[in-house]
Amino acid sequence: MALNLVISKIKKFYNGKEVLKDCSFSFDKSGIYVLMGPNGSGKSTLLRICALLEQPDTGEVNYFEDNKALQNDLNLMRRITLVLPNIGAFNTTVFKNIAYGLKIRGMKREEIKERVEKALDFVGLLHKKNQNALTLSSGEIKRMGIARAIVLEPEILFLDEPTASVDTENTKIIEDIIIQLKKNRNSIVIMSTHDTSSAKRAGDFVLFLNDGKLVS
Amino acid sequence: MNFILEAFKQAFYLIVNLDRELLTIICLSLEVSGGALLIAAITGIPIGAFAGLKKFYGRQAVLTILNTFMGLPPVVVGLFLYLLLSRSGPFGFLSLLYTPTAMVIAQSILAFPIVAALTHSACVKVDSNVRLAAKTLGATSLQITLTVIREARYGIIAAVVAAFGRVMAEVGSILIVGGNIAGYTRVMTTTIALETDKGNFELAMALGIILLLISFAINFVLFSFQKKGVIKHQWL
Repeated sequence: MALNLVISKIKKFYNGKEVLKDCSFSFDKSGIYVLMGPNGSGKSTLLRICALLEQPDTGEVNYFEDNKALQNDLNLMRRITLVLPNIGAFNTTVFKNIAYGLKIRGMKREEIKERVEKALDFVGLLHKKNQNALTLSSGEIKRMGIARAIVLEPEILFLDEPTASVDTENTKIIEDIIIQLKKNRNSIVIMSTHDTSSAKRAGDFVLFLNDGKLVS
Repeated sequence: MNFILEAFKQAFYLIVNLDRELLTIICLSLEVSGGALLIAAITGIPIGAFAGLKKFYGRQAVLTILNTFMGLPPVVVGLFLYLLLSRSGPFGFLSLLYTPTAMVIAQSILAFPIVAALTHSACVKVDSNVRLAAKTLGATSLQITLTVIREARYGIIAAVVAAFGRVMAEVGSILIVGGNIAGYTRVMTTTIALETDKGNFELAMALGIILLLISFAINFVLFSFQKKGVIKHQWL
């Protein structure tokens, strides 16, 4: 059975302001969940909490498999991945950026090469594999971030504003990549955006985060 | 004016003919400074990186001390080391005074704060998203630390090169603890000081030219690494 995510009564405060108010939801079906809301509504915070990068002030984040709760440890962290709005590109080639996650898992060189090239081809960056990642355009960097995550074949993939600060052409490419991802894999993708058209095109389930409250 | 030109001429003659004394002095200089740099790098890089990546009690004090010690006067280091290594000092039994080892220790003390402080600075400058990205990709704490150090590599190399420049040009401390013994502890800078005193400008000039060339080379390397390190996001 696949990995499920259940969040219950999540609260988060920043500088005394309540950013998330009792957010609860169960991500138990495969597909693309689109988390919508205006800027500053807490989408990124919620994604970071779900991806175990931040702790909620109250409430719980639980991952389940076969109805059994999993421990929030490194093993679980390696089954999920979050693509940040600023992806944090490493000052090295595009290939090495994407190979990073596989390398730290101790995968063999030949397998890394095969998987990285497949991921690069998927996001249309194979021809740039030897280029320094910091010299890519913003749209290409976002695509590289997605490739760096999907090469790990995460069971739950979080995408934080994947089309923000990207031109129309790259937005379309990124949306196509996400839609293709849904067709190819039977997993959960949770994506935040404030773009309604992106949500309509890519999303199976739409969630709204408004004034810190999560509404499906 | 003539004696300057004559000194230049003789200096080039010594360099071109690979004068034995000149080569011995250059080799010893590189050995002493290289050894000191190795020690400073082995100790300074981990300490600098640790101070840059981890928050601990007294971190600010450590950084203040490191930054202050970057400008340590070499003669003061030489004096303290002399007192420690002299026969009546606490480490006199080691008989290290007036040996190349004492010179390596002195230069290590001078190079260490430079390597550590500049390594700290290089690690701090690494984009915080790099750290977060490594975490989202499943890196352990150690792997995250190594990733940040790798991202700071050009800054760290620049730190080591800068420290090398400092110790190669240093004269005060090694003169005190090395003693400037011909063929044993006589290095480029101490020879220049001594030969100038004696009025033998040829050897002093020849060593001065070599020292300048080394300095040029160091700055060239430093500039190259600094340039490589400043590739920035064009869009993000």
